[in-house]
Amino acid sequence: MNIETFSPNEKLKADDFSIETSTINEQKIGMDQAEETANKMSTRNLDVYYGDKQALFDINVDIPERSVTALIGPSGCGKSTFIRCLNRMNDTIDGCRVEGDIHIDKSDIYDRGLDVVELRARIGMVFQKPNPFPKSIYDNVAYGPRIHGLAQNREELDEIVHNSLKRAGLLKEVEDRLDAPGTGLSGGQQQRLCIARAIAVSPEVILMDEPCSALDPIATAHIEELIDELRENFTIVIVTHNMQQAARVSQKTAFFHLGVVVECNATSEIFTSPRDERTQGYITGRYG
Amino acid sequence: MTEDSKHSASKFRQRKRYAAERRFRLYGVIGISVAIGALCLLIGSMASKGWSAFLQTYIVLDVELPRDDLTSNGKINITALREANYVSYLRKSLRNQFPNVQSRRDRRSMNKLLSSGAALDLQKLVITENSLVGKKIRFVAVASDDLDQFMKGNITAGTGGRISSKQANWIEALDRSGKLEKRFNKNLFSNGDSREPELAGLWGATMGSLLTMFVTVLLSFPLGVAAAIYLEEFAAKNRWTDLIEVNINNLAAVPSIVFGLLGLAVFLSFFGLPRSAPLVGGIVLALMTLPTIIIAGRAALGAVPPSIREAAIGMGASPMQVVLHHVLPLAFPGILTGTIIGAARALGETAPLLMIGMVAFIVDIPGNITDPATVLPVQIYLWADSPERAFVERTAAATLILLTFLILMNLIAVIMRKKFERRW
Repeated sequence: MNIETFSPNEKLKADDFSIETSTINEQKIGMDQAEETANKMSTRNLDVYYGDKQALFDINVDIPERSVTALIGPSGCGKSTFIRCLNRMNDTIDGCRVEGDIHIDKSDIYDRGLDVVELRARIGMVFQKPNPFPKSIYDNVAYGPRIHGLAQNREELDEIVHNSLKRAGLLKEVEDRLDAPGTGLSGGQQQRLCIARAIAVSPEVILMDEPCSALDPIATAHIEELIDELRENFTIVIVTHNMQQAARVSQKTAFFHLGVVVECNATSEIFTSPRDERTQGYITGRYG
Repeated sequence: MTEDSKHSASKFRQRKRYAAERRFRLYGVIGISVAIGALCLLIGSMASKGWSAFLQTYIVLDVELPRDDLTSNGKINITALREANYVSYLRKSLRNQFPNVQSRRDRRSMNKLLSSGAALDLQKLVITENSLVGKKIRFVAVASDDLDQFMKGNITAGTGGRISSKQANWIEALDRSGKLEKRFNKNLFSNGDSREPELAGLWGATMGSLLTMFVTVLLSFPLGVAAAIYLEEFAAKNRWTDLIEVNINNLAAVPSIVFGLLGLAVFLSFFGLPRSAPLVGGIVLALMTLPTIIIAGRAALGAVPPSIREAAIGMGASPMQVVLHHVLPLAFPGILTGTIIGAARALGETAPLLMIGMVAFIVDIPGNITDPATVLPVQIYLWADSPERAFVERTAAATLILLTFLILMNLIAVIMRKKFERRW
């Protein structure tokens, strides 16, 4: 089914609706703020091309701050491409062309005056397969603060490392062996180490590209708990293949299909009363 | 097909399969055996020819050091010590062994049994130990190479030969009275090159090799690693970089003598650098080693998993930080191995160094990279060309020493690789 078969009016309605839902969203999580929810990041008319092939078509998504936004959709629909646009990781891919606007706190991330290295310190990323550096656990977490000059001396660095590990829920398990290599931990511990590493630089946004897909259910549960705790202080965007996870963890969900955002709404709405047939088909497991 | 014929057909196939597997393994074993056999043959033949070079015959003499010659007014005179006629003391001592030898011709013939280096050794000894003046000492004098070779059975006595029958008698007499000793040939390791085989040593060539290797590694390692990093991490993938890659691969296969001609034409003729110096030899060999290091470096850098790079970039590391903090440490064992292999190859190179003049007869030990020098493989070549019989065993011994250095370098490469290897 193509988007062209929708009447223009209906399309407008969907847009209106999504703006409304973000305000409802705000009330739902009980934030006591007079003004509207700020959108931490937003994209407008985002198109992404790999060479001649277009991967994303006119993406308009708002990421509200201090909440979890989930991106769901079948394989190859462009979720990973989208999330990698947010911290300009697609710059490292030859032949990848990004057009459109992406803003963080109202400033364009592709602005010439903006240093991409600093941007990536503000927007952290956790990958699908845990990839700790082949260094000690301490050095893994301390790397970010070191290169960005966040600690003046050894004590401050120690504090940052301890706090990050504590927030990631890993401190108790590793506090007696911080010099052990990071690669010697189990899969779930490695992923938590990667999360600790990401939060050590106090980013504003954390991007997670299918963080639990390589982990067993127990480790997955730990990470989901962690995400729930982290959202009090960080804006989180999570790509997931697992719809139940999206339902458990996120406040807002965007459903991608063939490079297009089909529906973007509060999580409860998406999963109980989806507006689009394709969304309906995906969440009921008819395809995907 | 009946059950039986199916079963026997499959059994037949199975037997053929097992036989094929065994044959396949056998080919591998044959290959390794041939390689090891060739290696053993090489080392064995060198060892059998060269082991005797590590022993040198010495004549044990009772030498009188007359006080009058070496002192003035009863005090030790340094000039006198230096200028005294040590040769005559040694010859006198030798004559005392054979009081019957009278004629001038015979005496000259007997004097030839001593090496010219024995007098120098005696002088050195007396200068360091002044207390020996005026005493009769037991001195171990280096015998001439002809005596040494006769004792080793490589030359026989006869008219027209190097050892006359008279000399042979004297030698046998000395031997019977226990005056001949075979000792470790320290001259081989401590002296520079010499026309006299018994005094010829490898220290000059070894120093020359060390200095040349120093310049080679100093130039080729940083340049090679930097080029590899740029080509692998930063350069855009377009036609120009493809062209560069093809050219580097070709350079690695260029015959080494071409680099020697380059050195001759550019560094010696155009830039006027000193001939026969380790500086020029080092530059020429560096150009030769550079492609090897670049190719090995690129392979090592390419083997680092992209996930490490992504993690570093995601942390907000700049491109330089990604390379220096993460990629390079992981690629280091591979780069090091490539460097040592390239350096080991450069150590054994002769042809390019012949072109730039490191084939001269150099006696002094080179002190720095601009002194004229020669290198081990060239020294082997020069000795192989020399007429004296004693140089045959020395050539083989020098080959063994060069092989030992090469094995040592490769061993270091293996150890360092094991030490720096990390699992990720």
